[in-house]
This record gives sequence, structure tokens and C-alpha cells, in this order.
Amino acid sequence: MDQLLKVLQMNALESRENIARMLGLPADEVARRISDFEARGIIRGYQAILNEDQLNLDKVTAVIEVKVTPQREGGFDTIAGRIARFPEVKTAYLMSGSYDLLLFVEGTNLREVAAFVSERLSSLEGVLSTATHFMLKTYKRHGILMQQQGSDERLTVTP
Amino acid sequence: MNDSLSLRNRLNTVVRDIPRSGIRDFFDIVTTMKDVLSLGIGEPDFDTPWHVRESTVFALERGATHYTSNLGYLELRQALSSYVRKNFGAEYNPDNEVLVTVGVSEALDLALRAIINPGDEVLYHEPCYVSYRATILFAHGVPLEVSTRAEDGFRLTRAMLEARVTPRTKVLMLNFPNNPTGAVMSRADLEDIAAFVKERDLLLITDEIYAELTHDGAHTSIVSLPGLRERTVFLHGFSKAWAMTGFRLGYACGPAPLIEAMMKIHQYTMLCASSLSQKAALEALTHPGPELGNMLDEYRRRRNYLAAAFADMGVDCIRPLGAFYAFPSVAKYGLSSRDFALQLLQEEKVAVVPGTAFGACGEGFIRCAYATSMDNVKEAMRRMGRFIERRQAHGQTH
Repeated sequence: MDQLLKVLQMNALESRENIARMLGLPADEVARRISDFEARGIIRGYQAILNEDQLNLDKVTAVIEVKVTPQREGGFDTIAGRIARFPEVKTAYLMSGSYDLLLFVEGTNLREVAAFVSERLSSLEGVLSTATHFMLKTYKRHGILMQQQGSDERLTVTP
Repeated sequence: MNDSLSLRNRLNTVVRDIPRSGIRDFFDIVTTMKDVLSLGIGEPDFDTPWHVRESTVFALERGATHYTSNLGYLELRQALSSYVRKNFGAEYNPDNEVLVTVGVSEALDLALRAIINPGDEVLYHEPCYVSYRATILFAHGVPLEVSTRAEDGFRLTRAMLEARVTPRTKVLMLNFPNNPTGAVMSRADLEDIAAFVKERDLLLITDEIYAELTHDGAHTSIVSLPGLRERTVFLHGFSKAWAMTGFRLGYACGPAPLIEAMMKIHQYTMLCASSLSQKAALEALTHPGPELGNMLDEYRRRRNYLAAAFADMGVDCIRPLGAFYAFPSVAKYGLSSRDFALQLLQEEKVAVVPGTAFGACGEGFIRCAYATSMDNVKEAMRRMGRFIERRQAHGQTH
């Protein structure tokens, strides 16, 4: 992958000047290339990665496996697009294997998510079945471990 | 009281007369201070790749807790042989030309002890790793240092060697990519050295521990050049590229008679390298993941950042091409390396290592290791910039 994108994936808040130093590029070229990635839709947004377990939010997340019937024109994309548009659906993937779509759905409590599944999702034309699993704890997100990591145990000066 | 026993006078004189490592000295000062931002650490800040650690735990569970063959597990030697063939361009028979050791440090000690008779001269280049000179002396060899220079990019040249070599010289030691300078040797540079070694009929010990950490272009090993393999002990290990320093695992490859001689010493002094570390190394070689590439990318970004930061603050530094060290010159700030490092530590709490820890010709330089997080690199550069600005302002008033 492009080195610039790698740096942004590690820390999207890194200043253009610092990125320029790291990659040995002029700062204005870094800025231009980032704008270009944004314009082309390759960079679709910037978000903070939170350890939500620490926030005691009124929030539950369900992972939902969905079996669907592909549509005659548009295949899985049409039905997946309809499902993904619901704001409750935070993430949606087309999968190989024993089900078709994998959804990450958020709600304030279990009942709200259950209502979404039974009233919105299952009733959609083309949805054959769902299996809902609630997430209990997050250990790692986007490559970042959620537990505090140990401190640097190396000696301060070594040969 | 120890004095009454005159213990110091009863010590082996070679050991007694070798000064403690300059880096050890500096370490003692640094440890008295709190919250130091260290660019003084010569080991990766990354953890060992998880698959290596996980498989070591598994090996422990499975009971890999016994002595191994003196040479090391055959399976590991086979994997090493194939890794060296692929990446360094030399063939070694895993049965009798590969020896697994406790880090490259042990391998280097074995090689010197296996080769050197008292009084034999060993050519090596400075600035260099802190143990080279001492290891030669422990082997009762005569160290012949050759000073590399910033104006040559700290590369070694044939002319430098010709100026030092004598008929009693037996061995040349090389270390590229280099700790502490970050210098590497091109194929053409190595060809000159190879010709010298052959014409003078020397043996060669090449420590290529940093080979994978070569930033611009690929590493060339001198063992891949014609006629060198027969007279060379090739040293490599897992500490740097795989971030496995604490595993203490290295290895030596060479012609059977040399490895056999080294094995004899290893057998009687060390017996074998740690069985668990050997299992870890085997996993590292047989299941290469994305970790090495990711670490190298990150080192390179830090290298670029450091180089740009030095340029911005007007510090002269040859471009570091390998390992994870920059070796900038601080001569123009009117302080010795040691005083520069001490004042930087006291005023800005940034630890660097005085160049003199790596040989007298390191005077005027400091070693900055970028084996620390990008945030630390950035903050250290900010503080060093501030420090240098003050030095310059101070200089102008005089």
C-alpha cells in the first residue's frame, strides 16, 4: 500500500509537515496527494478509535449474520445497499460461507436492537434468516489493543 | 578487606586492563535521572512478532527444554542455511557449516578465539560496536583499528586498510550496515575489500546483524563475492530485524574447519544455545509474516524524519543508510562528544551516546538510535533543536 496512506492509517492527525519528513517528500506534495485521495473517495473519512468499554455508554452492539436472496439484477449489492442505509447498521460486509451478509448493528439496549432485527431487517424482501450475537467486550479494534500496554522495559542506554 | 588480598593484582592482566565499555559509563549517569527521552537504546522498540512468542510458549509446553545438538537443532540449521543462501548468496552445509550461538556476540568471540594465536593482528574499523576491541584482546589478539570518516560516508576503503596492514595481520572484521554510523557498503566498495583480503591472504569475519535493516536498496553480503566464502566466517542473528534481543540467538556460517573449531569452544563453554530460543528462531524463519516489513517501514520513516530534522537545525549528518542509527557531527558546537551528550541530557533530558564509546575516532559525533517511537523521535528532535539553538546563541557571544 501507498506509504502515505499507511502513515495516515496509523495516525490521521499527523501533520502534513511531519508526514513530509517521514516520507522524504515536500510538504505541499503530501497535502496535494491527501486531497487527491479524498477527492477520489479512497480516503472516506477520519475517526477516533475509542475504547468504548471505558465509557460506560448506554449502547449495545450486535453482530448479525444475514442470509439473503440475491436479486435478479444487482445480485447482493441491491439488498446489501438497502440494509446498509439503516443508520443502526454501522458496518456491513458480504461474506463467503454459510451466510451472506455480516452486520455490526448498534442500539441503546438489547430491546432496541431486537426490534430493529425483527421489524426492520427480517421483514425486508429478500432477507431469508438472521442470527444475532451480542458483543460482550472489545479486546482489539482496527489493529489496536484495548488493554493498557506495558511500559518500555528496555534499559535506557544499550550498545 | 579485598585490598589485603590484592584481588586486583591477581586478575588476568588482559581483563584487568580493558576499560569498562564507555556506554556502560554513560548508562550509569542516565539511570540517575528520571523521565529521560532516550535515543541511546541499541535494540528494537518493537516487541518480538507475536507468532514467534506464541510458538515459543507452545514449544515450552511441548517440552523443548533439553540440551540440543552442540551445533543447534538440525532443523534450524537447515532453515538458516536456506535463508542465508536466499538472502546473502552463499551456500552452507547445515551438517557442519552452520553453528547456532548465544547471539552474534558469542559467535564473534568464538570466531576470534578459534582463529587467533597470541600476537596475531586483527584489522577492524571504528567507530564500531563496543565489544569488538575487547573481544580481540580477550582472544589475545592485537587490535588494529582503522578509522572510517564522515567524508567517506563512514565506509571502509582499501587504502585505509593498506595503511594499517602488516605481515602479522591475520583477520579483517567487517560490520555493515554499521552500528553506530548507519553506514552501508555498496557492491563496488565490497569488491575492493574482497580483493584486498584475497591478496593479503587474510581471513574475514563479517557481522551482518543489521542486513535486513538496509533502507535504500538491497543489502550485499561480501560472502557472495567470488573467493570470499572459503575464507570467511559469516555472522548473523535474530536480535535486530526480528526484534528478539532477549532471546540471545545468533549463528555463524563458514567453511567446515572454521565452524568445527568454533564448535569446540562453544561445546566446552556454552554447550548449546537455549532450546526455546532456537525454537523461536525456527518459527521466525519458517513462517515469515508482515512484521519485518512493517518494522522496516517504520524505521525508514523515523530515519527520514531524523535526517530532515537534523538538516533543519543545521546539524551535519551523513545519511543513515542502514541499521537504526544516525551518527551526526556535533564538533562545531564547541563541546566534546561526551560533554555534548551530558549537557543535552542535563538540560533537555535527551539521552544520546557519545561517539567516543565506539572508538576514539567517534570524537565529535553522537549516536542517535531511532529504535524508539515516532512520538519520541519527534519530541527528542524538538528538544535537541532547542539545545542547539542555545549553543549557537552562546557561541555568538564569545
